[in-house]
Amino acid sequence: MEKRFIYADNAATTCVSKKALEAALPYFTEQYGNASSIYRMGMDSAKVILKAREQVANAIGAKVNEIYFTSGGSEADNWAIKGSALNGAKRGKKHIITTVFEHHAVLHTCQFLEKQGYEVTYLPVDEKGLITPKQVEDAIREDTCLVTIMFANNEIGTVLPIAEVGEICKAKKVPFHTDAVQAVGNVPINVKEMNIDMLSLSGHKIHAPKGIGCLYVRGGISLPNLIHGGAQERNKRAGTENVPSIVALGVAITDACADIDTKAIKVSKMRDRLIEGILKIPETRLNGDANKRLPGNVNISIRGVEGESLLLTLDMNGIAASSGSACTSGSLDPSHVLLAIGLPHEIAHGSLRLSINEDTTDEDVDYILSVIPNVVKRLRGMSPLWERICKTEGLDSDGNKIK
Amino acid sequence: MIYSEKVMDHFANPRNVGEIDNADGVGEVGNAKCGDIMKMYIKVDDNIITDVKFKTFGCGAAIATSSIATEMIKGKAIEDALQITNKAVVEALDGLPPAKLHCSVLAEQAMKAAIADYYTRQGIDPTPFVGEIHDCEDCEGCH
Repeated sequence: MEKRFIYADNAATTCVSKKALEAALPYFTEQYGNASSIYRMGMDSAKVILKAREQVANAIGAKVNEIYFTSGGSEADNWAIKGSALNGAKRGKKHIITTVFEHHAVLHTCQFLEKQGYEVTYLPVDEKGLITPKQVEDAIREDTCLVTIMFANNEIGTVLPIAEVGEICKAKKVPFHTDAVQAVGNVPINVKEMNIDMLSLSGHKIHAPKGIGCLYVRGGISLPNLIHGGAQERNKRAGTENVPSIVALGVAITDACADIDTKAIKVSKMRDRLIEGILKIPETRLNGDANKRLPGNVNISIRGVEGESLLLTLDMNGIAASSGSACTSGSLDPSHVLLAIGLPHEIAHGSLRLSINEDTTDEDVDYILSVIPNVVKRLRGMSPLWERICKTEGLDSDGNKIK
Repeated sequence: MIYSEKVMDHFANPRNVGEIDNADGVGEVGNAKCGDIMKMYIKVDDNIITDVKFKTFGCGAAIATSSIATEMIKGKAIEDALQITNKAVVEALDGLPPAKLHCSVLAEQAMKAAIADYYTRQGIDPTPFVGEIHDCEDCEGCH
């Protein structure tokens, strides 16, 4: 099959849509007014920010004045968690509930708070990467000031029971935050119906630029500032507004959430074909739940192969993908997500994440499926670990049982 | 993270991959838990390493360091091969990212382990020549 370039790492970032880019461009060079200024050009900026705020609010079922623009998902997570922690401390509540497999923006923030004297319960996930609402219910205490649980996992794509958790938190009167960076635009979200008090989202995962995101904070909750300074974002988040990116986010999120169901059907069909095709290779396993899964997420462990060399070889073949292997992120520990679902280290080192989207085509899927078996064969052929696995488990060099 | 052209070349076209059936020395270092295993085979003739092959499970740097290490010791007298340090391996590759320096240590250890095995098969205690072979357990890389 002829070599092509396929971007299969949309969970890492996405391209900015032409529509979002075009909407943003005038606010760099022509209408560059500061939204706080009183003259026409300033007011124009304030108006387009308001419009974008409405677009974001509509996309997730929030009210306009519940949307606060941030620099991205990480800032939104930090703000929600640290702000809720400060609120809690005022009433002697210093206990936070989260899961073991959150994004580092949540995990490291929680670890930071532990050093400040907070207590954090890290709920374990099962072997599919799911939690039960009952786990949350059982963990809530008198002094719990926040439950923060991701909407969908960034590595293995599991979609968590957020509405059920929201219901429990509402009944127990505990603020509930969700990091929905991977879920927005892929899974229908309505913060009111799902009883979500705070929600983080990021622009660059949904075809807006990098460096823009937002935190939804339900009316009635007053979070202390993370960033102090000017009066932007209704005094809640200082810093001159990133007008072009805010405009782009408004456009991008409207498109991303316009037809989630149709998109999900199309994308998940390709996802399932990828999963089925790759699992034909012996000694591979799907990570995460087959059904409660983001439409574009494929995560498969391939025994005897190390993740980074797999990615480099795929790249040589024109496929940009990602891995659970932390070699890629500069740390040598394997992914905390894969360890959390119980994979042993040696298997966690050899995982492949493909994240496709609506721009992926059936031909792309065919190409990926034609490349991967050869790449695996090549790397297994030079892997002493694979040699050992075959020897001890009675497999031939392709991984088939020797009869 | 950025790999040099040299690293990418050795990763894409690794030299001396494979096994030697009747090797005179075989060394294996690393473990699956850390994500790197290197296995090196040498053929020795009249104190000269006449052939060398390797197999590696590991990241791009692990494969590239093993590949270049085999090139560096092939044709060398054993004493000269033992002089090759991990630093020399890094330099030969035009550098490695800091997080990947341990791969060059592993490559040095793999060469030494193969030579140690050769000495042992000859009935010679390798320790005075080769020194201690450090196992992955000593490495701080992933603990």
